Amino acid sequence: MAQLIREFRASYAFVERNFNLVRRYWGWEVVWMCYSIASTLSITYIGAGMEAISGVQVDTNYLIMYLLIGTLVWRFLAIVFDNISEMIAWERWEDTIEYTFMAPITRLTQMTGQTVFAVAYSLLSTAILLGIVALFFHLDLSQANLFGATVMLLAGSLSFIGLGILASVLPLLFPERGAQMTHVVQAVFLLISGVYYPIEVLPQWMQPLARVSPATFVLQGMRATILEGAPTRSLWPHLWPLLVAGLVTLPLGLYIFRLGERYAKRTGKLKRNG
Amino acid sequence: MYANNEIALHVAGVTKRFVRSEGIRWPWKHNSNGPKPVVAVDNVSFDVARGEVFGILGPNGSGKSTLVRCLATLLIPDEGQIMIFGHDALREEMAVKRLINRVSVEASFFKKLTPMENLLYGARLYGLDARQARKQVVEILTRLGLKREDISRPMEEMSRGMQQKVAIARAFLTQPILLLLDEPTTGLDPRSKREVQAFVEELRDCHDATILLTTHDMQEADALCNRVAIIDDGKIVALDTPANLKASVARTNRHEVTLEDVFMELTGKRLQTEEETDE
Repeated sequence: MAQLIREFRASYAFVERNFNLVRRYWGWEVVWMCYSIASTLSITYIGAGMEAISGVQVDTNYLIMYLLIGTLVWRFLAIVFDNISEMIAWERWEDTIEYTFMAPITRLTQMTGQTVFAVAYSLLSTAILLGIVALFFHLDLSQANLFGATVMLLAGSLSFIGLGILASVLPLLFPERGAQMTHVVQAVFLLISGVYYPIEVLPQWMQPLARVSPATFVLQGMRATILEGAPTRSLWPHLWPLLVAGLVTLPLGLYIFRLGERYAKRTGKLKRNG
Repeated sequence: MYANNEIALHVAGVTKRFVRSEGIRWPWKHNSNGPKPVVAVDNVSFDVARGEVFGILGPNGSGKSTLVRCLATLLIPDEGQIMIFGHDALREEMAVKRLINRVSVEASFFKKLTPMENLLYGARLYGLDARQARKQVVEILTRLGLKREDISRPMEEMSRGMQQKVAIARAFLTQPILLLLDEPTTGLDPRSKREVQAFVEELRDCHDATILLTTHDMQEADALCNRVAIIDDGKIVALDTPANLKASVARTNRHEVTLEDVFMELTGKRLQTEEETDE
């Protein structure tokens, strides 16, 4: 029990620290939110303008909702991924990495704290974004199964947490360019996961990748619940692959991270000088 | 040897090499020499008794910080063994981490956070109760000369001396029984240096802490340490009490022999200060 309390306190250390950092860097939060709003609106307006672009009658509201779901779900998953994959880059930048790695905590404890914060922060950011974007468009959510959508989002975040842990090894192994490499990982998922288009439009050779991307399942489930009001029990075909992906990527991420940490300690890559 | 027989730290044959990265190595451009490893710590062995203040004296680049990082579980030695209060630093890493803490030459903190926020983060990582830790943070920091209002100011607004005091408080807060002080006073003004040294003296005299102190300040080593190891190019070239080290060097001039003289005698080099190296 005492051990559990100790681990809980240690996990909470990361939640509290990240909350304090967000508070202190509030200017960045405002800038980032402005960027997110502009980016979300510009993508969603493609749907609003499609009839004028193509000269063909289209279901504009459906298209707007289709793109908006893509944008918001991607924003949510990307924030979860960023918060976890950049934890090492962040500590390197602040020069605190050695203190965190010297503390008597397991990486599981560290990742748990980081993950709790990432999911809470991401949910809040996405909700604010949705609230602001709703002022620009008439969003008809009367048919939407919002509970089912939340279940899909949380199930999807499991695998993105695992992928984030895997990607966080990059800044550990490549102190100078590792953080940028995580953006490449994110860009590939954005390309193949049908965020703004159905995966069927991708080249044949890309489609197998698209079908195993966890984001594809999240997006398909989210569109089913919000656009078609699919009941929660019908989501199982979208849910189980996400749960399996989470079961694989989470322990795999922790294992790879442990190997990366060991390599960094052998080669002196935790710290670049001294 | 120090009077206490309990061994706090046992270092046996520790060697640490680094391979310098030489960019991309193309397979068709075979270089028979290959990247040469740099030996940062070379077959270092010593024991530190419980309650002892053990100094490691050496110039920049002599391997002091690498050795401390090995002790702090931040580097894995290529050879040798490190035992801390009977726990193997490699195999029983978590047990060792609970017993140690380290203050490095750079006071590394989340710069936008206050000392209280930074120290509470550290306290939680070590499983301490936050309410108790808050009280202790105020006590330790005021004892180290920080004003109460400084405790809730962002770290980035503080002088280096103040930041270093917060770093010492962070280490002390977790009550380590082995404290690794890696050049804690380098770059501090004389007053801050004296305050930090007084705190180390208090730790030595009033708390059950074993201290390993690396420095290139000979007076500091002389004043604080029970024994001193002189390290050069990763090797220990002498290890004894400051008095015995000084006695081992013949008095050539009329002046009193210092640890600087000992170092020059043993290595043919001067001990540089951080400032000199930066220049």
